[in-house]
Amino acid sequence: MKQDRTYFWRKVHSLSGLIPIGVFLIIHLSVNFTAILGEEAYNEAAAFMGSLPFNTILAIFVIYIPILFHGIYGIFISREAKNNISSYRYERNWYFYLQRLSGIIALLFIIWHVATTRVPATFGAEVNFDMIANLVKNPIYLVFFIVGTLMTIFHFANGVRTMLITWGITVSEKSQRLGKFIAVTLFILLSAIGIVAIFAFV
Amino acid sequence: MTENGKTVHLIIKRQDGPNSESYVEEFEVNYRPSMNIVSALMEIRKNPVNKKGVETLPVQWESICLEEVCGACSLLVNGEPRQACSTLVDQLEQPIHLAPLNTFEVERDLIVDRKRMFEALMKVKAWVEIDGTQDLGPGPRLNERERQFAYELSKCMTCGLCFEACPNVNDKSTFMGPAPIAQVKLFNTHSTGKMQEPMRLDEIMKEGGITSCGNSGNCVEVCPKEVPLTKTLGYLNRDTTLYSFKRFFYDG
Repeated sequence: MKQDRTYFWRKVHSLSGLIPIGVFLIIHLSVNFTAILGEEAYNEAAAFMGSLPFNTILAIFVIYIPILFHGIYGIFISREAKNNISSYRYERNWYFYLQRLSGIIALLFIIWHVATTRVPATFGAEVNFDMIANLVKNPIYLVFFIVGTLMTIFHFANGVRTMLITWGITVSEKSQRLGKFIAVTLFILLSAIGIVAIFAFV
Repeated sequence: MTENGKTVHLIIKRQDGPNSESYVEEFEVNYRPSMNIVSALMEIRKNPVNKKGVETLPVQWESICLEEVCGACSLLVNGEPRQACSTLVDQLEQPIHLAPLNTFEVERDLIVDRKRMFEALMKVKAWVEIDGTQDLGPGPRLNERERQFAYELSKCMTCGLCFEACPNVNDKSTFMGPAPIAQVKLFNTHSTGKMQEPMRLDEIMKEGGITSCGNSGNCVEVCPKEVPLTKTLGYLNRDTTLYSFKRFFYDG
């Protein structure tokens, strides 16, 4: 009989959202934040990231494969749900619904984001301050950036909260309130960093 | 015998059989103080005439205990999953809309087939195994704190309201549902039932098991017995996490 590996893959999916994707998200937002210090500071930070050894291998194994796995498996998970927020307007049901919605929006945003930065880079374009500044000149792209960033951060923050539950760390009501506090703090903090950084390019 | 000529207006989603089309029929029955949904339905049975004055088939429903311990009279009252016996007409807005639960196959009118719940209970071995070739003697005692916790879980009456409210229980999903998973914790807490703990955990770690819980928390909001469903699934998240490591690194 074929062994059922659902539990293993679900846990890999859960963990991959934090390590490496969540860690990468925080590093990425931190690099963006250097833009508030000016064009030069940002270009330096971006150049430093680009100069790391084993760059391509790291990008494939730490960024692309985990995000693709998390995204594609996540779509399968979200397809299990028959959202019923109109009949059951409970707080956690909203999070349930938004987690699935934000995941799909985040995936679409990331695809667009890679297509407008990394893909041109492979054709010789330089990834620098001007590249992003040119993108956000278009008001529609600016909205994409803001919505995409907020959705990605929501998905990460709420994911941390539910991860604490599904790994069996926060079980009591009290500890789940702590989990929610952590998620809200993460969301506010990272959103502030992300949005301030976007407007540094405008 | 009406009270000031007051009536109760019922709008009921009906269906003549498992494969028939559903339709809506309205009724107006005499009001009495302290009526519940069951007594309103009994009024229809006494005099099966719809609001238009046309004689019709009496509305079929299921109920056994009439005191919210059997779980048979589950239905949707004004869109909310409720027990017909413990839902009082005085506390509802009229007209009262009644419909069968959506998650289960309709057998007739308000009667649904909750078979999948019982199948899930069998799958997770929701019992204490006591059969042996000889007298096994008395089991170990359960400590009082665990007994109190187990009592809360034992109140589950397999009514299916948590299935109805859960966004992950539907025909696209293999999720076995909140109630049967919570019962795993009940039997894993029992001092003799504990002996089959690994088998039950193996079962809920498969496809459609505990990992299909999306933490919407709807189950615990609608449970008429206030079974601590989300907390129990939280305990089982911990139990399965620890067990998965044990199974891989030590037993495997």
